[in-house]
Amino acid sequence: MAAIRLIVNGRTHALDVDPGTPLLWVLRETLGLTGTKFGCGAGLCGSCTVLLDGEPARSCQITALQAADASITTIEGLSPDRTHPLQQAWLAEQVPQCGYCQSGQIMTAAALLAKNPDPSDADIDRALSASLCRCGTYPRIRRAIHRAAKGGAR
Amino acid sequence: MSATRRDFLKSGALAGAGLVIGVHVPGTARAVGLVAQDTLAPNAYLRVAPDGTVTVMIARSELGQGTSTALAMLVAEELEADWRKVRIEPAIPGPAYGDTSTGGSASIRSLWKPMRRAGAQARELLVRAAADQWKVDRTACHAANGEVVHAASGRRLGYGALAAAAAKLPVPADPALKDRGQHHVIGTTPERLDSPAKVDGSAVFGTDVRVPGMLYASVAQCPVFGGKAVSFDPAAALQVPGVVRVERVGDGVAVLAQSTWAAFRGRDALRVTWDEGPLAALDSAAIRAKFAELAQQPGQTTRKEGRGAAALTGAARTIEAVYEVPYLAHTPMEPVNCTAHVRPGACEVWVPTQSGSGAQQAAAKAAGLEPAAVTVHLTLIGGGFGARHRQDCVVQAVLLSKAAGAPVQVVWTREDDVQHDVYRPATYNLLRAGLGATGAPVAWTHRIVAPGIATQMGFLKQGEADWSSFDGAANLPYAIPNIEVELITHDPGIPLGWWRSVASSQNAYVTECFLDEVAGAAGRDPYELRRELLKAKPRHRAVLELAAQRAGWGAALPADQGRGIAVHECFGSFVAQVAEVEVAAGGAVRVRRVVCAVDCGTVVHPDLVRSQMEGGILYGLSAAVKGAITIEQGRVVQSNFHDYPMLTIDECPTIEVHLAPSGDPVGGIGEPGLPPIAPAVANAVARATGRPVRRLPIGAG
Repeated sequence: MAAIRLIVNGRTHALDVDPGTPLLWVLRETLGLTGTKFGCGAGLCGSCTVLLDGEPARSCQITALQAADASITTIEGLSPDRTHPLQQAWLAEQVPQCGYCQSGQIMTAAALLAKNPDPSDADIDRALSASLCRCGTYPRIRRAIHRAAKGGAR
Repeated sequence: MSATRRDFLKSGALAGAGLVIGVHVPGTARAVGLVAQDTLAPNAYLRVAPDGTVTVMIARSELGQGTSTALAMLVAEELEADWRKVRIEPAIPGPAYGDTSTGGSASIRSLWKPMRRAGAQARELLVRAAADQWKVDRTACHAANGEVVHAASGRRLGYGALAAAAAKLPVPADPALKDRGQHHVIGTTPERLDSPAKVDGSAVFGTDVRVPGMLYASVAQCPVFGGKAVSFDPAAALQVPGVVRVERVGDGVAVLAQSTWAAFRGRDALRVTWDEGPLAALDSAAIRAKFAELAQQPGQTTRKEGRGAAALTGAARTIEAVYEVPYLAHTPMEPVNCTAHVRPGACEVWVPTQSGSGAQQAAAKAAGLEPAAVTVHLTLIGGGFGARHRQDCVVQAVLLSKAAGAPVQVVWTREDDVQHDVYRPATYNLLRAGLGATGAPVAWTHRIVAPGIATQMGFLKQGEADWSSFDGAANLPYAIPNIEVELITHDPGIPLGWWRSVASSQNAYVTECFLDEVAGAAGRDPYELRRELLKAKPRHRAVLELAAQRAGWGAALPADQGRGIAVHECFGSFVAQVAEVEVAAGGAVRVRRVVCAVDCGTVVHPDLVRSQMEGGILYGLSAAVKGAITIEQGRVVQSNFHDYPMLTIDECPTIEVHLAPSGDPVGGIGEPGLPPIAPAVANAVARATGRPVRRLPIGAG
């Protein structure tokens, strides 16, 4: 197997993995970045969302080869100390219940805010409509994104 | 899961007192947790370390509802702890904790007293230790914010400095607890202790467990319920890079590999010949036809008021309707998984389960060990909703670890989860009501045909009617002089499980929608009729009135919109909801707004109550507008979120939650938010369209 170069959270890794392996499993099992979650394996739930060159991507649906050389950001790389405005806002609004989908929700929201610093409810709904939460945290996700847009302070 | 579920359902608080074993026994915590000498551990529920850190042991599963934070608050209240120094740690199941099953919205109710007593025991010891050191009367000292204070002299000592001395004193069995008026932690809204790890990816769920040398496994199970593997050809699976072995496990076949992905691919390549068993011809249409046929026969009476069904004969007018609900899967976001490491004479298990004690029993049996030889580590849990009382994945992981001689993590795919869940039962309900000459309801009969969860699990005594089918129907709160509720239990064989709010999940829908039909037949406003029939039920009536007021009941709506109301009691709490819906020309339903009023007695953490109402509403709404599991040829038709969908953020209504605390004993909050939403929405749709919704999901016909 040829080594694949993955740039994750600013660090470059040369990995001997099957190039057809979904990025999700390389992140979780090869690199130990377990914040990115397996929820459906079919690109339907959004729990595995990471940023690929700033765009939200379903890491269960892209192979390691497809992700090679791109800049990958996972939840662990969003901030070194939980200080990203979204993380602060998530805590202020007490969004998570079980928490399993929240990495994907936050990464999707991060991509939204990067493009649209003050999104409307409709913008939020559009951007996050494929990020499923079984616990029902949607009303708080909306509030937290609005709060983050204003700086996220608690 | 044990028979205590029934006790939880009926009286969580009472049942709980019997669940906790050994809380009085001094030294228990040392025996269990090997606590250091200078640490105060007067009982199994808490430790005070020399640095002042208070660690609260959580003997219930954290399913995402904030249970662990609320339990820590109960300890902190009586301990007079400095909340900034309070930590939580999952309790390792064992005799000190008894049954740690987490369900029936019973965690706070069952531990309401034990956790406060645990905190009070520690507080008494710390105060006594300080008084001894200062050589003053202990009544001259008091505890506050993590310190003991001698007010007269102004001396103070932190809990950490007192822990070692306090640990040498005898533990008081039953220290005095505060009156409600003295509470300053209970009733407040501290940030959840589990939140920070859930926003930075550091939270460890079951699938995140990593044990050195572990293998990952995927298990092929027969697509037909009750079927089993006859033979298998592992050759193609073993060709997949990373696959290390193929192993029969239970009725299925497992592929073990060096990565989850390799295990999944190996399992796809596996060739298995199945004996599909006796259910191979079963389908939903046949199940429904059988239910309809059985509904023509009388059933077992579970409640009778007045003359019961006989009173229909004398009524001026009768109405009749059939209500049906489908089987439902739970689909928590984290797929079913378990990690096990079996070694000679010992076994360790890491599992996101709703019953740590149940996992311990199941693992012990599978490993051929005594329960004491099995250590269960509860991980964080990616949603429960009743799905995680089952222990079949624990058994798989233990058997595979034993066979492989290595730690093994079994992860189910989403397809495994949807197609091999334990399901909320489908039910068929025949209802009749009799109206008197003035239009007042004089008789109500409800015949339920349902497969019973408790029946299937063997929880019932000979001849006992299955409460897991009639709860939420037999306790109809309305003052109707003649009531008869009957049950016909019939099980087609689909595996059943507890599903958030259990029988109330369907019976609130059935009864609250039929009550709207009664109101319609009587020419009455459904809210006003409920108020009248709830005169003797003040807690139902109070939440009903609050929800109606806040929703603006009676205010005009556009022609394509409707407003519906429902009220239900379960798990010791009372919830009413008003839903506003918009029905498009093609029949598509959009829920615009939900107003919820809840009386859950004494409130421990108001924001957790709100979040659980939001969660219950959205979980129930997903089911009401989308959820159905159907069976063809003994198999579940649905497989993933494309055909077993849930509500998305763009479909999420505005939700307003109003708390109506009553000062009554603490009630459950995990489940009671769910039952009223389906009938509130269905009643709103019926108002908008003029047609009752008698079958779920809405739009199913």
